[in-house]
Amino acid sequence: MTHTPPFRLSSGGRLIDRAWQVPFRFDGRHLKGLTGDTIASALLANGQMLMGRSFKYHRPRGPLASGAEEPNALLGLGQGGRFEPNQRATTTALTQGMVLRPQNCWPSLDADIGAINNWLAPLLPAGFYYKTFIQPRPFWKHLFEPVIRRSAGLGRAPTEADPDRYEQAYGFADVVVVGGGIAGLEAAREAAEGGATVLVLEQSPVWGGRTPTDHPGGQGAIDALLADLRARKNVTLRRNTMATGLYDHGYLIAREALADHDPNQGIPRQRLWRIRAGHVIAATGALERPLSFACNDVPGVMLASAVRDFIADYGVAPGRRIVVVTNNDDAYRTAIIAKRAGLDVPAIIDARHNPAGALPDEARALGITVLGGTGIAKVKGHRHVEAVVTCAYHGEGAPLQTIDCDVVAMSGGWSPVVHLYSHCGGKLTWDEAGAMFRPDPDRPPLGPDGKGNVTCLGAASGNLTCAGDLEHPEAPIMPVWVMPARAPYKLRAKMWLDFQNDVKVTDVELAAREGYASVEHTKRYTTLGMATDQGKVSNINGLAVLSGTLDQPIAATGTTTFRPPYTPLTLATIAAEAKAEAFQPLRKSPMHSWHEAHGASFEPIGQWRRPYAYLQGTEDRHAAVHREILAVRRGVGTLDASTLGKIVVKGPDAGRFLDMLYTNMMSNLGIGKCRYGLMCNENGFLMDDGVVARLAEDTWLCHTTTGGADRIHGHMEDWLQCEWWDWKVYTANLTEQYAQVAVAGPQARTLLERLGGSIDLSPEALPYMQWAEGDLAGISARIFRISFSGELSFEIAVPSNRGLELWERLHQAGQDLGITPYGTEAMHVMRAEKGFIMIGDETDGTIIPQDLGLEWAISKKKADYIGKRAQSRLHMKDGNRWKLVGLESLDGRVIPDGAHAVAEGTNANGQRKVQGRVTSSYHSPTLDRPIAMGLVHHGPARMGQVLDFPIPGGGVMKARIVDPVFYDREGSRLHG
Amino acid sequence: MLILTCPCCGVAAEETELQPGGEAHLKRVGPGGSDDEFEAYLFARKNPKGVHFERWRHAYGCGKWFLAARCTATLQVFGTYKAQTPHPPAEIVEKIREARPDWQPDWSAE
Amino acid sequence: MAETLATIARIPGLGMLTIRADLARAGEALAEAAGLGLPDTTQITTDGSRSLGWMSPDELLLILPEAELPEAHEALTQALMGEHGLVVDVSDARAVFDVTGPHAADVIAKLAPVDAAHLPEGHLRRTRMAQTAAAIWRIQGGFRVIGFRSTADYLGLILTNAALPGSTLAPR
Repeated sequence: MTHTPPFRLSSGGRLIDRAWQVPFRFDGRHLKGLTGDTIASALLANGQMLMGRSFKYHRPRGPLASGAEEPNALLGLGQGGRFEPNQRATTTALTQGMVLRPQNCWPSLDADIGAINNWLAPLLPAGFYYKTFIQPRPFWKHLFEPVIRRSAGLGRAPTEADPDRYEQAYGFADVVVVGGGIAGLEAAREAAEGGATVLVLEQSPVWGGRTPTDHPGGQGAIDALLADLRARKNVTLRRNTMATGLYDHGYLIAREALADHDPNQGIPRQRLWRIRAGHVIAATGALERPLSFACNDVPGVMLASAVRDFIADYGVAPGRRIVVVTNNDDAYRTAIIAKRAGLDVPAIIDARHNPAGALPDEARALGITVLGGTGIAKVKGHRHVEAVVTCAYHGEGAPLQTIDCDVVAMSGGWSPVVHLYSHCGGKLTWDEAGAMFRPDPDRPPLGPDGKGNVTCLGAASGNLTCAGDLEHPEAPIMPVWVMPARAPYKLRAKMWLDFQNDVKVTDVELAAREGYASVEHTKRYTTLGMATDQGKVSNINGLAVLSGTLDQPIAATGTTTFRPPYTPLTLATIAAEAKAEAFQPLRKSPMHSWHEAHGASFEPIGQWRRPYAYLQGTEDRHAAVHREILAVRRGVGTLDASTLGKIVVKGPDAGRFLDMLYTNMMSNLGIGKCRYGLMCNENGFLMDDGVVARLAEDTWLCHTTTGGADRIHGHMEDWLQCEWWDWKVYTANLTEQYAQVAVAGPQARTLLERLGGSIDLSPEALPYMQWAEGDLAGISARIFRISFSGELSFEIAVPSNRGLELWERLHQAGQDLGITPYGTEAMHVMRAEKGFIMIGDETDGTIIPQDLGLEWAISKKKADYIGKRAQSRLHMKDGNRWKLVGLESLDGRVIPDGAHAVAEGTNANGQRKVQGRVTSSYHSPTLDRPIAMGLVHHGPARMGQVLDFPIPGGGVMKARIVDPVFYDREGSRLHG
Repeated sequence: MLILTCPCCGVAAEETELQPGGEAHLKRVGPGGSDDEFEAYLFARKNPKGVHFERWRHAYGCGKWFLAARCTATLQVFGTYKAQTPHPPAEIVEKIREARPDWQPDWSAE
Repeated sequence: MAETLATIARIPGLGMLTIRADLARAGEALAEAAGLGLPDTTQITTDGSRSLGWMSPDELLLILPEAELPEAHEALTQALMGEHGLVVDVSDARAVFDVTGPHAADVIAKLAPVDAAHLPEGHLRRTRMAQTAAAIWRIQGGFRVIGFRSTADYLGLILTNAALPGSTLAPR
């Protein structure tokens, strides 16, 4: 089929390939575009000017621009997990079979019910929400906010997981040139000639920027530069790569589109580049500004450069009769190109009095009427431009004539793209003659050496002639911020500044009148520039209007802060490889595969995954924990304790060092012996605990909590390197070198003796809190007689590569003993039965050992240890601190963890006073009743008293203060 | 994102390879210190806008702590040096004075 | 289907010893005991079978065939006799991967904040790969990567993902 869509011109279109048709669907209709089309050019070729609805008033909208600055033509792309909202039709390449969905309209783009907001517009000025929904107070939370939220947000979020792959990559270059137009390519050549490694990034698939479109010899110049650069080894040219943000020390983030909207390639869809640039050259060009005249948002009113691009680049006529309105010479190029393409150009409306010079002459020579000193009073038409009404530019809008047309090509001048320059601190200066903010070369962003590390070149620096054709010198621009200059309120109320968020000239004026004089305040009050396009086309016009209202120079108003990303980034690109299985590193013990194969239900502890319990048959977690505990208490169980930190500390000063690190004495620990120790930070607060074993005269092994190994090793190194650097101590974190298994229960010794080996496990040879090493089951092992369960217990450390073997041997040998693997929850319950504290349960970073009744583990003899000074501060010694006690539920129910005990009276905020809280709470299978520990005001002195714990959902639970050791108070079992 | 050159191994590491450690050159106050001295040691931090001395650890590299002199406002790095240094060394001071002639050290040479 | 950018292979059977000492005093003796040259700052020396890496101003890592470990452990301990130092077996605490193939540098460049393509021969770079610590150096045809045992699955997975066919970093 060779049917040509109605608005495709018969010739021209440097970016399209007429030989290849691309079928696609838009709003349910089947249409055809060409290879090389963007979505916008393909839709325009099919006569589809209406592409979206504005956010607030649901006004019908067509494309305004032809590039990344587009505020209107935003579509939902793709289906299922690949659906993406708010994609700019002007920069998205059309691909085979694409399914496009208009947004912010219901039931359809043509018949949108939300458009009723348009008729309510006079009732919805800037700040409407702030003013209207304040009283009565409770209504906000329960009525206004839920209703407003339902209509908030532009585009729908996809509900399914994104099936595409993404990745990131690190790049390095002496010079990174952003922008592949003539200024960028020339700068790249210059830098490369100097020997620098150069990386050139171009956001679009084609090189050259505006030059090939605007300059008669442009394409040739670009091709010559590209040929030169491609021949250089120190230059990398990367297309489809958008530099989205520049951060400290030349850290540039860019997104490379690899297989956008084309999942069949099987490669990552996008790549996030993290580039370290020695110097950044921002050759990012300039963006054209709209003019503010009444009804400048009607579909068909477009930027003059966009009209030119659609004709020259895509061979598409946005309309058949094009009126140009401008305050500068550049827009004449649009009129000339349109006329030469065979389209009608009934008039060029120029606000300047006597447009003269090469471009106006050329337009007149083509027979185009040039109306000087003229403006547009208003645009006629609702869904599409039908005509413009002209007026004297310097007047109040009295109509002069009506000119029929279907497109208005407007130009209010150009704004350099200064985003990258501004992202990390470059300052701008207002250029009165050029009517633009341009980078101030004297105040650039600084690199680590304190020198400027970003240079803007070409149009981005304010030099607007660089891309254009130098044979046509241009007359100066005349700043125009409102058209006509003395437009009355009625017209100003129809002049759009921010097209996406529906912010009009009168909204900014209202904000200024109401005292929002700072441009940052005006932005937030009116939402100017806060839409997905971040105000690329609207901001300068908006702050010019603000300046006019405040009667101050534009330089005094300044700009809002430019923030990355330059264009929206999909979150998946930022996450890159960190998704699904690779979301974060999961740390696995040497026995992990066994746990998986035996029903383990895992719990995360930091990045470790530890078995919480091993589920058998239809058991739930609770039942499994219950069974595991009884099995340990009655027979024998095994716990994978490999995740515990194991740090070796060696050297002549190791004992002295550990005495500073722990609250108790470690230097006098006998070789072969173990001691439980507490570690505090300099604030005095308990940060970790564990058993320390003395391995040799100058060597200790420190066990830490599972989450603590890296942190405590870092803590040790910090003190050794930064405070006591003359002490002779070396540390090594051996956590992962050893698999560790706790074998606990009355049958533990029987089981281990069956494995055979060289270690005497008798109570005489290896009593409680001692260790021995040798051979166990043919594996080199170190056995610690330590217990966290309160049972007879051996913790066996073997090289990690042998861990699984040891574990399996234990389970083979212990079958008739009912050997049971137990998880972390059984461990937690058993330690609570014994009244042992748990870092993270009984401690929360504000607890000192004295709060937990651990005075016995604090040396009185030592002159100093980390935290000692802090523990003598007034508040730490205060007798009113909450202290650890046991809590016994009076009605047999388990008190919720974290429940607070209430006291009489209320505090300054009118809240009920509290006198304690629950830190650990379980049902004890061993005792068949609830047990709990908690911190209570004057707790240990109040044994037997009953506290009230209000619980969620109403009601109060009562608990009696008791000793925290619920089980085997004498310790006969663990000493067994 | 900052780049700092670790003085212990010479690697120019980016911020994600480093662990920040707050203000440098704090003098530890132990059990003998008064309440005021201890409070100052534990809590009082300079937090200046301008020249600042900081502790950093080359955590994903050689593991060593080092010190950095930089401007918190412009992020200019004047230099990095060993952690085992009671005060910023003379060459660092000189570099700072080059860029910030008005800046005065707030310690006295010992 | 295009080929993967590089072959990712887990290398078993390597012994590893962490050595901590004052290298200015004991470095030469340690290197001699290891049978290798003493590596300069951030360098790694090798004889093809054994490698000795500079890890930190007071730390070396000796990598060697597992079977030779006990003897080397003893020799290094002897070399430190009378010195303050530490020699420990860390073989089981590590996971080793070789990344080899025409685009091995691309795989590294996707994961580590280093200029992989220009990583010099004989340089040992300690850094991170995505979210886990790693040490990287050049070997014949690519790179060797050492990470932690507990995160070996993660390291293997991100390396394999980064080597996805068709995903070279060359500009397209």
